[in-house]
Amino acid sequence: MLGLGKKDTTLVLLVACLTMLAPFLLNPFPEGSAMAQFNAGYPDLMQRFVIFGIFAIGFNILFGLTGYLSFGHAAFLGIGSYAAVWMFKLLSMNVIPAILLAVVMSGLFALLIGFISLRRSGIYFSILTLAFAQMMFALAYSVLTPITGGETGLQLAPDDPRVLDTATSASGNIPVPGLFGMEMRDTAKLELGSWVFTFNVGYYFSAIVMLISFYLAIRIFRSPFGMMLRAVKSNQQRVNYTGLNARPYTLAAFVISGMYAGLAGGLMASMDPLAGAERMFWTASGEVVLMTILGGAGTLIGPVLGAGMIKYMENIISKINSDILHSWFAFLPDGLEDFMVAIVYPFIGKGWHLTLGIIFMLVVIFLPGGLVEGGQRIARLFRRKKQAKGDDASKAKQPAE
Amino acid sequence: MDAIILQILNGLDKGSAYALIALGLTLIFGTLGVVNFAHGALFMIGAFCAVTLSRILSISRTYVDETQKDFLGRPLEVKVPYAHDIFGPEMGAAIIDWAVPLSILFAIPVMIAVGVIMERGLIKHFYKRPHADQILVTFGLAIVLQEIIKYYYGANPIPTPAPAAFKGSFDFGAVIGFDANTIIYPYWRLVYFAFAAVIIGAVFAFLQFTTFGMVVRAGMADRETVGLLGINIDKRFTMMFGLAAAVAGLAGVMYAPINSPNYHMGMDFLVLSFVVVVVGGMGSLPGAVLAGFLLGILESFASMKEVINILPGINQIIIYLVAIIILLTRPRGLMGRKGVMEE
Amino acid sequence: MSKINLTRRGVLKTGAVAGAGLALPTYLSAQDSGFTNAPTGSTVTLGFNVPQTGPYADEGADELRAYELAVEHLNGGGDGGMMNTFSSKALQGNGILSKKVEYVTGDTQTKSDAARASAKSMIEKDGAIMITGGSSSGVAVAVQALCQEAGVIFMAGLTHSNDTTGKDKRANGFRHFFNSYMSGAALAPVLASAYGTDRKAYHLTADYNWGYTTEEAIRASTEAMGWETVAAVKTPLTQTDFSSYIAPVLQSGADTLVLNHYGGNMVNSLTNAVQFGLRDKQVNGKDFQIIVPLYSRLMARGAGENVKGIFGSTNWHWSLQDEASKAFVQSFGTKYGFPPSQAAHTCYVQTLLYADAVERAGSFAPCAVAEALEGFEFDGLGNGKTLYRAEDHQCFKDVLVVKGKENPDNEFDLLEIVEVTPVEQVTYAPDHPQFAGGALGSCNNGA
Repeated sequence: MLGLGKKDTTLVLLVACLTMLAPFLLNPFPEGSAMAQFNAGYPDLMQRFVIFGIFAIGFNILFGLTGYLSFGHAAFLGIGSYAAVWMFKLLSMNVIPAILLAVVMSGLFALLIGFISLRRSGIYFSILTLAFAQMMFALAYSVLTPITGGETGLQLAPDDPRVLDTATSASGNIPVPGLFGMEMRDTAKLELGSWVFTFNVGYYFSAIVMLISFYLAIRIFRSPFGMMLRAVKSNQQRVNYTGLNARPYTLAAFVISGMYAGLAGGLMASMDPLAGAERMFWTASGEVVLMTILGGAGTLIGPVLGAGMIKYMENIISKINSDILHSWFAFLPDGLEDFMVAIVYPFIGKGWHLTLGIIFMLVVIFLPGGLVEGGQRIARLFRRKKQAKGDDASKAKQPAE
Repeated sequence: MDAIILQILNGLDKGSAYALIALGLTLIFGTLGVVNFAHGALFMIGAFCAVTLSRILSISRTYVDETQKDFLGRPLEVKVPYAHDIFGPEMGAAIIDWAVPLSILFAIPVMIAVGVIMERGLIKHFYKRPHADQILVTFGLAIVLQEIIKYYYGANPIPTPAPAAFKGSFDFGAVIGFDANTIIYPYWRLVYFAFAAVIIGAVFAFLQFTTFGMVVRAGMADRETVGLLGINIDKRFTMMFGLAAAVAGLAGVMYAPINSPNYHMGMDFLVLSFVVVVVGGMGSLPGAVLAGFLLGILESFASMKEVINILPGINQIIIYLVAIIILLTRPRGLMGRKGVMEE
Repeated sequence: MSKINLTRRGVLKTGAVAGAGLALPTYLSAQDSGFTNAPTGSTVTLGFNVPQTGPYADEGADELRAYELAVEHLNGGGDGGMMNTFSSKALQGNGILSKKVEYVTGDTQTKSDAARASAKSMIEKDGAIMITGGSSSGVAVAVQALCQEAGVIFMAGLTHSNDTTGKDKRANGFRHFFNSYMSGAALAPVLASAYGTDRKAYHLTADYNWGYTTEEAIRASTEAMGWETVAAVKTPLTQTDFSSYIAPVLQSGADTLVLNHYGGNMVNSLTNAVQFGLRDKQVNGKDFQIIVPLYSRLMARGAGENVKGIFGSTNWHWSLQDEASKAFVQSFGTKYGFPPSQAAHTCYVQTLLYADAVERAGSFAPCAVAEALEGFEFDGLGNGKTLYRAEDHQCFKDVLVVKGKENPDNEFDLLEIVEVTPVEQVTYAPDHPQFAGGALGSCNNGA
């Protein structure tokens, strides 16, 4: 379908189903139950899943295909956000122009930074991209405060021009980003028994954008251009000796992946119109590296899984506090309850960083291919069992012959 | 003129911390080929060795003094360190006062042990893995280490003062003929600089003049051949990791009085020290030291108000700006070798 | 061909299902109440959004302790703390409007993005009716704007920048903590009487919004009484070693160093300045002095002995001897074993003030609560008579000028109160230039 092979079509459809049904899938526990803590099906987190998914997909086009490890990719996310918020301030609250400008601006910056950084390779390239991103963060946080809002971030104000739109809504508040009348925060809830499912315009908008980005990423992976990039990864020298100049290809990959980051930044600003400089800090760049490797670099679905995993930890695990723990273990006798709480407590709530660190280590040690490899191993296990069963069956038949 | 001398002094001091951390990082990278993101954490653990020792020394017995009240109006619990009981009040107080220098003795075995355990238990399995995996696993380890420290010591910085003898500052200007108070520099920072110089010298001497060092240097140049010669290079590399950890730890111990240690001080230094290593050239020990001092001095100059007034924000970006310029003009950093970490 | 059709139909189907989901017009949150997250059952949920990781984690932990204490007191547990001394007697100890108070916690990480994400999840997932907390102005401003959009009340925690109730003020946001202007206005007279009116000051300023407003406020008020500002140098937020900024201070001919730093920056810059022996020097025939405009006792511990004799201002201190402060220290100290910080105090007070406003308004609707808070005058919460000014949602109350104690009695006894600056002296007009720009807008009930 749409120029994809059978396997890829299945993958796209699978991802489409998962994203479209996410409000159900992510809310498996009934409201009010003890497990409701683990529900992730609320708009903000669902939006984050797909937006960081886009970011990681884009990063993977660069890292997964060419092997160039950019340590400053968050800079493009930040630029996208700033561009989008400025569009909201100056033009209108429609998300389309905001996202377009976000992609264009980040593309331009990526062209410039990529042009310079790609003159070096390996860790030298990583440090160059890191240096650019850190400079942008430092300046955005301080000297550029008039443009970026500095510490408090760039926000909308009631007295913004917004030439194509009203400066304030009817109720006297700052208007909300929307798409031709549909506000991004519009939400419908569906109650089924004690389950509550939330459907949010912003989420579905982002999810559709992610599906398109995912589809494009597959096309890039399967295209001759993608093959060329893989060739660069496996042996750049050999590519050079065949008389091909690899630089334009890697630069194109860098710009595309920067634009993906800008798209993610623009979407983030559309869901929540505020852009902060921390988005460009090196830890944010590190996060997308971790997402990609955690999920499985070079695989199609891996980065999305990695993004989901990290965002889930950040938003769900960090919110568990000792009271909630006590309510979980309340069924145990008092002494045992306190003991269990004392054991689990360092890993949840404010200890979520610790859990994250341990998971990184476990995944890298035992699943070098990331979560995708984990999935494959499980799948293989099942397949082998099936095969084994099949063998048993055939063996069982034999005596009857 | 005096301002320039002052900033050079400052840069040397700043640079000595960068150089020490970068030296350890390069030792690990050069010998083992591992990109160690947990190196900042080793520096931090070193600083916490100083905190721990001063806590151990001031372990106290408590007695309730009915004449004094605490903040809730209850009788005050007075603490007397055991050190006072054992060595007598004066000697005990002196020992507690000198906790930081004493921590050097405490930190060396601790850090070597931490380093060896890290290498044997984890890093060893990653020699053949891609650099991306090494980064991820050591980054995970760094997070785990700093969270453990945070769990026990809290997130706030912990004051760890230098001995009273090193309080105050030395009037440098008066010695070399400037007005009083124009060039002053704290005694402890001068100690730090001297200490860093000794450690750097010792590491170089060790690699240069001992058989062990010779084998390691040979291993850095060509690991396989050395292995073929029947030399157990792995064992020596484990020792090198311990040594690198000890260097980072000592840098941390002595740094504790300069800035109160907190659990994320390692992360604060991590990115910077990688920039230093890369600017120096991957795998080059002299390069790392040179780059450390160079960036330290440039950072100091960029923070002068005369410079900031001309170029606002330059103090925020100077290190990165210099890194970009150097990497564009010298492809492998100041003293890097061809083919290292370029794939 | 048929395969393609099938899959396309599959896609259409999924789309149709999703569309149907979207079209369902059951706005739970809207219902009849007309405001976001109207509590329906027998409980009401508050959202405590504090830094649990990062450099301010300990301050966040103290805030969280205060919130837990406040919830306990609101629900009728414990000794009631400052509910007994509070001038308004609307609170009964039976929750808020007879609904038991429950709470959710989140981690701001002291990053505006993370703080907003955490606040959003509290609003969207947990149904929090009010968000409170935070330990920096960037976070406070970001979350305040979010609460305005979402239509819930934001009760700011520790935030000292003028902007929070200045150019970034919002109708749904309220601040009890004092601000940069008040620090300057309170400090200047004390400094004049202690150090004279003829001083040359050298400012080191954290290079971000809070630093700017603090430097502006301190400069304005010290220059008004005759001090001269020799230089003001901006230092990067991520700086850890301030030696290169401090070394040139003596050469500049300045005799006073003002450190417009907070948290980790303050601990390091103060430690470095003392290391350089600045305070042992004499310049222009005067003893060299250091000033830290905003003190945090919790963070000052990190600077150890270096704080001795150094002036600063603070919102509240546990050694205050009024009945309210004593009651709060008593109940906090009994529960946790150490005295509360100013961050804990302001968070506790904000929770009580919110609960009280709901009781008096008789409704959880943000606009009703805002109306009850606006222009509200109260006493008995530790800062003397206090006014929640309607024009900018800032509390006006006495400000403490403190000094690092020379001979502390115990490990918490770091600061001594030099003067309680009366509220009149720190009050400013709502349109004061340091607070210019921005508007409250109108309150938002959300859904």
